Amino acid sequence: MTEISLNILDIAQNSIKAEAKLVELTVEVDTAKDTLTVLINDDGRGMTPEQLEKVTDPFFTTRDTRSVGLGVPFFKDAAESTGGRFEILSEKSKGTWVTAVFGLAHIDRAPLGDMNATVEMLVFYNTHIDFLYRYKVDETEFSLDTREIKELLDGAPLDAPDVKAFISEFLKENSAEINQNRIY
Amino acid sequence: MKSLAELKAIKDKMQGQVTMRNHDEAELRVVVGMATCGIAAGARPVLQTLSALVQEKNLQGVTVTQTGCIGLCQFEPIVEVHGANGEKVTYINMNEEKAREIVDKHLVRGQVVAEYIVGSSGI
Repeated sequence: MTEISLNILDIAQNSIKAEAKLVELTVEVDTAKDTLTVLINDDGRGMTPEQLEKVTDPFFTTRDTRSVGLGVPFFKDAAESTGGRFEILSEKSKGTWVTAVFGLAHIDRAPLGDMNATVEMLVFYNTHIDFLYRYKVDETEFSLDTREIKELLDGAPLDAPDVKAFISEFLKENSAEINQNRIY
Repeated sequence: MKSLAELKAIKDKMQGQVTMRNHDEAELRVVVGMATCGIAAGARPVLQTLSALVQEKNLQGVTVTQTGCIGLCQFEPIVEVHGANGEKVTYINMNEEKAREIVDKHLVRGQVVAEYIVGSSGI
């Protein structure tokens, strides 16, 4: 993947397929520790220890349209090739917790890329699922919680054009304020 | 920081204009493959382009959705256009520019863009 945000979009599809009700996405840049950390946590159906053991194997997949599953191996390799680490924990009927730590300044680290586009795709096309997105750079952060949005909308559709435009603007303005012209 | 407070006003405004959308009445369903293969090949901007144009041109009866792996990974990004009578056109190797062409020709004027469909170019 050319952007870490594409890995995140890809891994989050697994949470959706696992019938998660809430998917929590966290992107945290820590310049002092020189890390970029991604957390993807869901409350979906989870995996058995046997499935979990095989999930980083490219020749393991749960689908039948093809016999390889590259999403998790790609993400793991992307993190580990920057001197970082990757961890995936899961419990049947509880959920799955993915942690990827990248070396922030490492030459092989892909750019984070268009994280806002990833969040928009997830939120707009899966309105039956809730998402909590947190973006943090050192001490500053913002979050987008679709549970909060749905409460304010009080039954109005989250994927209505005006609402979508607002959410896009919300993500754009707040991430720009946190990034302050720095690109991660 | 922008807050969510503005949403209240947006909601109130929306309730004034009764626009019920009924997915059952969709005449054309546009589906973009968004599994690892699709995403790695560039499906995210294709989906964004399609969805933005359908909204911008206010195309009635057209819905844009995403799906998983279609099973033709080497031809991703793939866009399928499903008609009301069950007919399906599969476009392969899509990008933003080709997606714009699909909207203008197929979704607006009903002309299939033969050069991008699976089956042409000797596949």
